[in-house]
Amino acid sequence: MSDTKKFLFINRKAPYGTIYAWESLEVVLISAAFEQDVSLAFMDDGVYQLTKGQDTSGIGMKNFSPTYAALGDYEITKIYVEKESLEERGLTLDDLQHLVWEDEDEDYAEKDSIRLVSRAELGDVMAEQDVLFNF
Amino acid sequence: MKFTIQVNEGPYQHQSADSAYHFAKAALEKGHEIFRIFFYHDGVNNGTRLTTPPQDDRNIVTRWTELGQAHDIDMVVCVAAAQRRGIVDDGEAERNGKDATNIAPGFRISGLGQLVEGGIQSDRLIVFGD
Repeated sequence: MSDTKKFLFINRKAPYGTIYAWESLEVVLISAAFEQDVSLAFMDDGVYQLTKGQDTSGIGMKNFSPTYAALGDYEITKIYVEKESLEERGLTLDDLQHLVWEDEDEDYAEKDSIRLVSRAELGDVMAEQDVLFNF
Repeated sequence: MKFTIQVNEGPYQHQSADSAYHFAKAALEKGHEIFRIFFYHDGVNNGTRLTTPPQDDRNIVTRWTELGQAHDIDMVVCVAAAQRRGIVDDGEAERNGKDATNIAPGFRISGLGQLVEGGIQSDRLIVFGD
């Protein structure tokens, strides 16, 4: 497959109340195999997907949050988090997992994957994409 | 224009299944091409032939089948989502030791790669869902 497109997966929902978050992550992982330019965005209740210290033992569901830490290994290095969504929920970046990727071109230096963007900036990011997936 | 349509919600529960159908039908009538319709999340329930709605209501599943067959549309049910929700074809029944199938005519079960490919190959990917 020769043509590369810019894919943005937009995650808007809390992680366990519905299956959207988990099934979104499944598509994201598959898409990495297609050598496209993949980015993720987290907004609205979707920002809860990235919170650290998730414990699902009380609800009998699989805690899939460790999977986000593996995204860097799938060469998914652009993870946009909407600032207003965090603030509206009383969250800061410190409440989220520290997601990193290793830059091969700089001797595998660890770099932050999460990019904190305003609602307006996220709109610009969306406008640059070829394909938007909404979950 | 070439479209891929993603349907994320189940029939009757949510208008998405209806909206996606009406969009697909209208697009075809306008001369557009539909590369693929991909059923994901509870949208996989659009593809069970065991659905029996009341007689005075629309039959969402047969409506898909008829549209798909009339226009030779590739209608794909996500395998991972289908396994969770019990949508089964012959291959899946054999692989997972199930005693029945329920996939509706015109649908096939395949992987998420088909959705990603739809995004790559189409001019527009339209998502119907919450």
